[in-house]
Amino acid sequence: MTGLGKDLLDLESLTAEQITAILDTAEPLKAISLRAIKKVPTMRGATIVNLFFEASTRTRVSFEFAEKRMSADAVNVAIGNSSVSKGETLVDTARNLEAMKIDMVVIRHQASGAARFLAERIESNVINAGDGTHEHPTQGLLDLLTLRDRWGSLRGKRVCLCGDVLHSRVARSNIHGLRKLGAEVAVCGPRSLLPNGAEEALGVTVFDRIEAAIEWADALNILRLQLERMTAGYIPSLREYNRVFGVTRDRLDRAPRELLILHPGPMNRGVEIDSDVADGPHSLILDQVTNGVAVRMAVLYLLRGGRPDLAAAGVAAGE
Amino acid sequence: MTATETILDARACERTLRRMADEIVERTAGTDSLVLVGIQRRGVQLAARLATLIEEREGKPVPRGALDITLYRDDLQTVGPRPLVGATELPVDINDKQVVIVDDVLYTGRTVRAALDELADFGRPARILLAVLIDRGGQELPIRADVIGKVVTVPAGSQVDVRVSELDGDDSVVISPAKARGT
Repeated sequence: MTGLGKDLLDLESLTAEQITAILDTAEPLKAISLRAIKKVPTMRGATIVNLFFEASTRTRVSFEFAEKRMSADAVNVAIGNSSVSKGETLVDTARNLEAMKIDMVVIRHQASGAARFLAERIESNVINAGDGTHEHPTQGLLDLLTLRDRWGSLRGKRVCLCGDVLHSRVARSNIHGLRKLGAEVAVCGPRSLLPNGAEEALGVTVFDRIEAAIEWADALNILRLQLERMTAGYIPSLREYNRVFGVTRDRLDRAPRELLILHPGPMNRGVEIDSDVADGPHSLILDQVTNGVAVRMAVLYLLRGGRPDLAAAGVAAGE
Repeated sequence: MTATETILDARACERTLRRMADEIVERTAGTDSLVLVGIQRRGVQLAARLATLIEEREGKPVPRGALDITLYRDDLQTVGPRPLVGATELPVDINDKQVVIVDDVLYTGRTVRAALDELADFGRPARILLAVLIDRGGQELPIRADVIGKVVTVPAGSQVDVRVSELDGDDSVVISPAKARGT
């Protein structure tokens, strides 16, 4: 099945064909952002609410651009100035928005499973823009697109997720997506920041040393070290972290093959990644940002309609 | 059983395209500012053929592009599963150019309507013409072709298929009676 159904909640429940359909759709949509008039009329009349219970700049702006370039009408609801701060529940908030006849909700929430919880209770399409430590599917998709653009295919390629895998929804979406498209996946970080039994639970290789990961991998996806983790006692200090796990020019120079660098942002320069790596020739970090808009346009296009009966019939109608 | 009828074979296609190429340059008074834009998918191959024929005759290069009109369709709400999106590539600035839209079959006119909308997002041509290999009638919009390969009259529901060797293995135009098939 290649259609997407009503919602995009995670990559874990998608098939390789569905993921490929999203990436294939994103490809021609990229060109729209290069036109003088960066807009197509496809989603005229659709109303989308971006419901962000957590701070986000990049993801929210990326969704907003995607929505506008597809001609949807978008409304941003940030938590600080909504009724949620007055104690309204998630479902009440969404039902109230739905009563204003919206078509889609893009939700970011600090609780894992919040997107699914909402999707099961409202008619509108729901897109997960990051829920707790669960998944961030559009980030996973844009990482896949960025790597696929470089390699043509992900099959047999080796990608290592570095850093705080334990708390990372980006890592989880990447692991599911990469494995479904045939890549080999590893994780590397301090044991305190890796899930217990990652090998079996996630089907990944585990490296304790960044040098070993660099020797093995074709690409590193360097996760943001969430600085609050330090105060929570997961790592001794930022300097210590950089000394042991930081991706530095010196370390990269010893890579046996071209090694691509991804980072979902925002970066802590000098902690998990050094500036000369982030700005270096193998860095795809800005390609990721560009691709993020196209991937989100593709998801909006493929979900649009909120008619699971129709969407389930598959996306490949031909011309 | 379904009986299909070939109304143009490879040699007839060739002759028809040659005449269409001549008609296009006649209407545009030469190749200055001429751009051929094919509608995905088979319009793209036909535009390339016409451009090559014009180049042979006029000895001047003719830019060609491709339009994928999927995102401009007026039936996306009812068509069911989302159609695949193809590439739109316009290699030149179309402002003040004479743009010829090339498609295989003119039927309802809705594809051409979408193509006109999409072109408008790229610029303001001096003039837009429509060239189709087959005009089968049945337009639902006030749209007519300027250069026509062949007019055919077929009942609604029948299928007119233009085959091009690049995609289908041979050049021909085939009519098949109404039957269940994808569009």
